[in-house]
Amino acid sequence: MKHIISILIENEAGALSRVAGLFSARGYNIESLTVAATEDATMSRMTIVTSGSDEVIEQIIKQLNKLIDVIKVLDLNDGKYIERELMLVKVKATAAFRDEMKRMCDIFRGRIIDVADGSFTIELTGSGTKLDAFIESLDKTAILETVRTGASGIGRGDRILKL
Amino acid sequence: MDSQAKKTADTKAPITGAEIVIRCLNEEKVKFVFGYPGGAVLHIYDEIYKQNGFKHILVRHEQAAVHAADAYSRATGLVGVALVTSGPGATNAVTGIATAYMDSIPIVVISGQVPVPAIGMDAFQEVDMVGVTRPCVKHNFLVKDVKDIAATIKKAFYIAATGRPGPVVVDIPKDITAHLADYFYPKSVEMRSYNPVLKGHSGQIKKAIKLLLEAKRPMIYTGGGLVLGDGAPELVKLARTLGYPVTNTLMGLGGYPASDPQFVGMLGMHGSYEANMAMQNCDVLIAVGARFDDRVIGDPKDFLSKKRTIIHIDVDPSSISKRVKVDVPIVGHVQSVLSEMNEALYLETKGAAESTKNNIGNNISAWWKQIDEWRGVKSMVYQNSTTVIKPQYVIEKLWEVTKGDAYVTSDVGQHQMWAAQYYKFDKPRRWINSGGLGTMGVGLPYAMGCQFADKDAQVACVTGEGSIQMNIQELSTCAQYGLPIKVIMLNNRYLGMVRQWQEFFYENRYSESYMDSLPDFVKLAESYGHVGMKITNPADVEGALKEAFAKKDKFVFMDFITDQDENVFPMIAAGKGLSEMVLKKDNKERHED
Repeated sequence: MKHIISILIENEAGALSRVAGLFSARGYNIESLTVAATEDATMSRMTIVTSGSDEVIEQIIKQLNKLIDVIKVLDLNDGKYIERELMLVKVKATAAFRDEMKRMCDIFRGRIIDVADGSFTIELTGSGTKLDAFIESLDKTAILETVRTGASGIGRGDRILKL
Repeated sequence: MDSQAKKTADTKAPITGAEIVIRCLNEEKVKFVFGYPGGAVLHIYDEIYKQNGFKHILVRHEQAAVHAADAYSRATGLVGVALVTSGPGATNAVTGIATAYMDSIPIVVISGQVPVPAIGMDAFQEVDMVGVTRPCVKHNFLVKDVKDIAATIKKAFYIAATGRPGPVVVDIPKDITAHLADYFYPKSVEMRSYNPVLKGHSGQIKKAIKLLLEAKRPMIYTGGGLVLGDGAPELVKLARTLGYPVTNTLMGLGGYPASDPQFVGMLGMHGSYEANMAMQNCDVLIAVGARFDDRVIGDPKDFLSKKRTIIHIDVDPSSISKRVKVDVPIVGHVQSVLSEMNEALYLETKGAAESTKNNIGNNISAWWKQIDEWRGVKSMVYQNSTTVIKPQYVIEKLWEVTKGDAYVTSDVGQHQMWAAQYYKFDKPRRWINSGGLGTMGVGLPYAMGCQFADKDAQVACVTGEGSIQMNIQELSTCAQYGLPIKVIMLNNRYLGMVRQWQEFFYENRYSESYMDSLPDFVKLAESYGHVGMKITNPADVEGALKEAFAKKDKFVFMDFITDQDENVFPMIAAGKGLSEMVLKKDNKERHED
């Protein structure tokens, strides 16, 4: 099963490699990993999307907690949460297809952020599945390039991951 | 130099990073630093020359420095310290670090690094030590500012020794050791990201006691964690109060006295029949500082085919329910948890204890009867010989001659298993071996670490002619420091454990497992000024051992020419379960005489 794990970690050189190294050394999956400093610059917040049986997820969380630089770990799937991911897609938009592409973008509530002679660049935010759905709905040959940030997650309401 | 030392102690004048390193080690009351100099650590070595707070032990290879520091820690419970230079010095140390990591041994390894501006430039003797060691350390640091040295070393010792212990590497670039800073050593460490749990959950402890008291077929299973956590006295108290059987893992030997009737022997791949059967058939199992690893329970599916309730005490939550699902997890320091259990047990059963004096646990005489039947199989009996030296016999005699009171280090292979099986360890921290990583070559440097830890103690290094050659250069270190170690080499002219597996699983195709072109070990030892002995006759074994141990101030290298074909039994093949134990391999071709 897919899990989204949030981590508060010391913002120190090498901290990211400890987490990434743990996943590769123990053979855990990483679907995506995002990291950036929090409002407190000494801490980073990381979101990892992974998958595995309950036992594997339990071990992942324990092993993450064991890393000296890791301050807190939360499995977002233990409660209600929101997941968002940003994607930039560059698509073919030649004269005949420009309207169609614009319409598609509107349906998914994306924004065209760059317009060039034969292409649009579309910015789209949402859950991973929504971004997948957008890709699915496009003609494959129309896609020139995609870049995704990987998911960021946050608990709903009172679920707060803080020091 | 004394006046200079005095000056820096008295005034607040800034001192060099190198001097800060030395003063930090003195604050930690380090007695020995095992190391090897080189370019990146020259500033530090210059300060070592000027100080006498600790003794520097010059090894002959950095791997041995780390092993010796590791053994010093295993023998004393203190943090071991090694010092190596950058690049090859650092990579040579890696096997030692990984060995300590797998067995959770607290050591601090200080490595030199190229100067900060040269990092990443593929400089001479540069290696990314923090990157190289990341998967085999508890934690590591690269110090990039002289002002951070003291706080980092303080943290390194704290992290190494607390929680589940382990090795910590502090990588210090050369220029940082020359820079100046005011010296301040923090008294304590506060880390928001690291707060190891000490006390066990009292509700869980109560639950565990209740289960233990109701057990019909109880079993106590303890590992290296019990020894490292200094929980052995509390465990002995608990086990004796309950009157339940105890088994130790390879790493846990000495955690419970082997000569005690409640001890059923080591368990696992080469464990006793009674230990493995009791482990498999118990109804309540309490695991203390042990981790159900593949060499202990084999195939978890086979283990889980029998129903039992498992209580697991461990300081590391990630060890719990890793290979085997646990019913009552208790996270905490073993000593603290066991002592709380003993108290709770005392209160719970005060009345009963006063009336019966002991055995307040359930009446388990039927279970003991069953265990005695398993004992009757005598899985550890071997066929002795008058013509060829049996390796098991050497270990039995070693135990007798040293009165069971030596520090016994071993290398890795058949001799390691025989030492574990036939030397009865009654005390913790006496059996020093590489259980997790299984590092050939640890034996001699381990013996050095033990001898420095306890200079008057008997230290025996049980080894083979394969393993000893992996760190044979340390014979020189032993000569330099006059270490009276006794090397017990079981020489069967084979990489014995490899040969055994090839015999069992590869139809006797002995691929590269024969040890050819061996040196004359007696002459080799003598060339270093040591005593060398070669023993070929079983009748001479005991006398030779007595003679060797009578040489209290001499290093004695004993070359025992042993049976080439002897195998380690009993055995559970890799991937099999406890119920699939082989007591003896019927091997006609190799046992005709």
